Amino acid sequence: MNILEKYATMEYGPSPEARNEADAWLAQRNFDEALFIDGSWRAPASGEKFEIIEPATGRMIASIACAGADDVAAAVAAAQRAQAAWGATSGFERARVLYALGRMLQRNARLFSVLESINNGKPIRESRDIDVPLAVRHFLYHAGWAQTMDREFPGYKPVGVVGQIIPWNFPLLMLAWKIAPALAAGCTVVLKPAEFTPLTAILFAEMCERCGVPKGVVNILPGGPEAGAAIVRHPDVAKIAFTGSSEVGKLIRKETAGSGKKLSLELGGKSPFIVLEDADLDSAVEGLVDGIWFNQGQVCCAGSRLLMHESIAAKFIAKTKARMAQMRVGSPLDKNTDIGAIVAPVQIERIRELVAEGEKQGAVCWQPDCALPSSGLFYPPTLVTNVSPANILVQEEIFGPVLVAMTFRSIDEAIELANNSRYGLAASVWSENMNAALHVAPQLKAGVVWLNGTNMFDASCGFGGYRESGFGREGGREGLQEYLVPQSSPTPLYRPLPELEAVEGDEGENLGIIDRTHKLYIGGKQVRPDGNYSMRVADSGGRLAGEAGLGNRKDIRDAVSAARACHSWAETTAYNRSQVLYFLAENLSARASEFANRLQQLTGMGAEAAKNEVELSIRCIFAYAGWADKFEGRVHSPPMRGVAIAMNEPVGTIGIVAPDDTPLLGLVSMIAPALAMGNRVIAVPSARYPLVATDLFQVLDISDLPAGSINIVTGRSAELALVLARHDDVDGLWCVADSEVCRAVEAESAGNVKRVWTNAGLAVDWQVEGAREDVWLRRSTEVKNVWIPYGE
Amino acid sequence: MTSSVNHSGHPRNPGIDLDLSWLDDMRYVNRSALERRAQTLARRRSIKGEYQAAWLLRSIACMDLTTLSSHDTDERVRRLCAKAKQPLRPDMVAQLGLGDTVIRPAAVCVYHPFVATAVEALQGTGIQVAAVSTAFPHGLAPFATRLQEIKESVADGATEIDVVITRGHVLSGQWSALYDEVKAFRAACGEAHLKVILGTGELSTLRNVMRASLVSMMAGADFVKTSTGKETVNATLPVGLAMTRAIRTYHERTGWLVGFKPAGGISSAKQSLDWLSLMREELGLTWLDPTLFRFGASSLLTDIERQLDHYLTGRYSANHRHAIA
Repeated sequence: MNILEKYATMEYGPSPEARNEADAWLAQRNFDEALFIDGSWRAPASGEKFEIIEPATGRMIASIACAGADDVAAAVAAAQRAQAAWGATSGFERARVLYALGRMLQRNARLFSVLESINNGKPIRESRDIDVPLAVRHFLYHAGWAQTMDREFPGYKPVGVVGQIIPWNFPLLMLAWKIAPALAAGCTVVLKPAEFTPLTAILFAEMCERCGVPKGVVNILPGGPEAGAAIVRHPDVAKIAFTGSSEVGKLIRKETAGSGKKLSLELGGKSPFIVLEDADLDSAVEGLVDGIWFNQGQVCCAGSRLLMHESIAAKFIAKTKARMAQMRVGSPLDKNTDIGAIVAPVQIERIRELVAEGEKQGAVCWQPDCALPSSGLFYPPTLVTNVSPANILVQEEIFGPVLVAMTFRSIDEAIELANNSRYGLAASVWSENMNAALHVAPQLKAGVVWLNGTNMFDASCGFGGYRESGFGREGGREGLQEYLVPQSSPTPLYRPLPELEAVEGDEGENLGIIDRTHKLYIGGKQVRPDGNYSMRVADSGGRLAGEAGLGNRKDIRDAVSAARACHSWAETTAYNRSQVLYFLAENLSARASEFANRLQQLTGMGAEAAKNEVELSIRCIFAYAGWADKFEGRVHSPPMRGVAIAMNEPVGTIGIVAPDDTPLLGLVSMIAPALAMGNRVIAVPSARYPLVATDLFQVLDISDLPAGSINIVTGRSAELALVLARHDDVDGLWCVADSEVCRAVEAESAGNVKRVWTNAGLAVDWQVEGAREDVWLRRSTEVKNVWIPYGE
Repeated sequence: MTSSVNHSGHPRNPGIDLDLSWLDDMRYVNRSALERRAQTLARRRSIKGEYQAAWLLRSIACMDLTTLSSHDTDERVRRLCAKAKQPLRPDMVAQLGLGDTVIRPAAVCVYHPFVATAVEALQGTGIQVAAVSTAFPHGLAPFATRLQEIKESVADGATEIDVVITRGHVLSGQWSALYDEVKAFRAACGEAHLKVILGTGELSTLRNVMRASLVSMMAGADFVKTSTGKETVNATLPVGLAMTRAIRTYHERTGWLVGFKPAGGISSAKQSLDWLSLMREELGLTWLDPTLFRFGASSLLTDIERQLDHYLTGRYSANHRHAIA
């Protein structure tokens, strides 16, 4: 009778994935010695261990060696020893190792998938069809880069020892995203998997032994916050690559400030999922399933904020509910499971608390009547309506299967709502109108935009965020760049000129000319400083050369507002920006001798040197005028029918703090690339030689730059640099200063996760920088990947 | 059987007046997204063991066992009918524990000349006789001839008529011509059930498939069917998604239930499970019934028998161990 009963009900029934191989591996594995350091398995110096549980059952899986600071030191030392040889290994050799790792993952795909699902709680379908194949792809893709490195990145070298800290939501895939580009670039790594999910990383380390990875090149340290902090603080670690929460990302930014470490942060998100009125609604509903109900919603780029056009909202919600009712929540190892287990008790508690708080604030939660397993950490798919942007559920990253839904009236409003977030990781846009979709995509503050799709990933396409979702990209050419630094020789320290105690003389001495008032340049106008103080500027002999406005934090505030309001500069054509910059160079050229005289007067440099600095400055503007319409994006070919367009977008508003030495060339060398790529600039010129910049006002005035595209605030550089660093509407900050100011600027920039470049307290040779246009153009841009699947 | 209900008692779709604004509403079909859904759908669901056996029996029950060759003969059709009457070896029926429950294909599907033969052979079994009609597979005979063909098949005892549409009407956007054509077919069918074959492989886009499905339903189709089996591209899962979504929309708007029949190229047991799963996910349990779902298939049955044999014995079977149709 049994078959006939099933014939009548047509239930799917259980379809368990066999776990015996994974259990056998767990049973034989010695987890007391689970630190992989210098090619061998070690117990932690402290002897400490931590327990991991199986989220689906709550059962303890294993008690695992927990790395501490001593172990991190040993691992970094091993990586340091191995780095020179690995970096010098031929590209072909490194490619062979990466290829071997990719194929090894492929050969053991089943074991990795099952282990991942046991440890993390994600459905086996996902680990089998998504996580592991993408990890394989990442290694195979980077094998190619390893071999072409010398040719494709001349003048660059591996950054050195890299510390990598990864999260628990995609344990193996995040490991692949970190290790593959690092090894391709010739770096060695110390990687710490998340405390909840170390298993696949340990298995991966076992495989490294078999794939010919030289000792010390890959070091894997299961552990907790102590190990993480030790990696971040270790002086021999040249770069930190972190994926995790925005909160921890900001701590890392502060912690690494002033260390000279390279940093890439892949942080949180609250990504919009925009459904226009002409979308294929049934497909958009499936997109939601892949967006917010993928990996239990524990995805940094989950499409967690549904924005629907009012005209289709009711219909779309009805379709979404009907689809939710089809979802199966259950054992991660059942092949029919759509939503598995939440990773840990603390996480499910967080989801519950947030939802309860959201309901208190008026949110209405709907969950389908779906069966949940009686034990284990399960949370049903949840749809939240009756919310506005003020609700906590709309603001906060929930990291669970909870979707918030809101409506919009127009495309402009959709964009406004979408961008109303501290985050900027990803976005989905659904529309069958190509014009509309391609109109929206560039306006979204997000590093990845999927048109008519969601959560599509590929090694060839950079992934990473805007705003507080972090900086740096993983995947693609831009991802590789994160592991490289320019080859350079040792540089002396940067020495800012001290503030003068007293400047002799008075205004009356400048006989024969009308008194000149040097104001600030904000919003295309010369304005008096808010504090109504001036600073006396000395010539090279210490006598008064003039006065300049003493800008304060309110002037910076006004300048940032003016910059933010200047949309036209970012939106105008590159050709137009190019012409404006050429015109600027032309106008500066017309007054070249005046600027040369000013340089001589203020700095005491020789006539020839002054003439040369002006000439180089003009050349610099000319060069970036030429680049304005040539630093273009790329078209990627991920494995699908479609394209992914990597667009170079301006960073936004950039604060620039210029050096005292070569005061004109230093200033211009930073302003020009920023403007060329469509950024709006708030510049703080040399405090000693501000008149070089104030003389520029008139040149700017006649060069057709729109008001607010460039703002200049004179004053005490170090003080103003910190104001810029603390301003949350400044997207990027480039600062030349002594090491203490650089450190402070980096630390303070953590507030909104600014893109910061400093000279790290070292002298900058602007003639050398002039030849590094690619570096400055990259610094001036964010790469946005727009995925466009097509087909009719 | 009466004219107002289908074989299991659902009221028949009477059709509605042609409303072109619906086509406008349904013009948003994203091919890439449908392909992604189709790809994951088959991987999201897995049916094992006893459940799989039950589902495969369902595949048999939803089958239109078909022979559509230009060299068909009465004898060939009788052999097919004999297979329909006893699709599984008696020992397997016993081992599966089916008892008195008879599981058989829903219909036998033949060309017009063999309708009478099939009707006679299937007398008293409850198995329907379906005739492909209207100048199948091209549909380009004179209109009167095509209507006449339907009437003659009905007169010979066919209870289901599988018609082909004029694909050109779809390609050139002549929706009212398509509507009138299908409506006339429906009238000619009388009490026989109308399955409308769209020839999706020749309709160029999924959007056309969606719109042709809607127009056919408005004109009174009892089923919409993908293909004749003679096109180079037959039933694909993305096409199935477009058609089931059209059916869902029609149901949401009118309340009428219309059936779906994928046909052509469905030859493996695994494929049949994917299709059943698609129906269950997109339209729900109601549609997992021969009154609303059919496979058009000729060689599928043998593969299902082999899978059931494997389920029962743990041994992989061979085609020649199962009676051919």
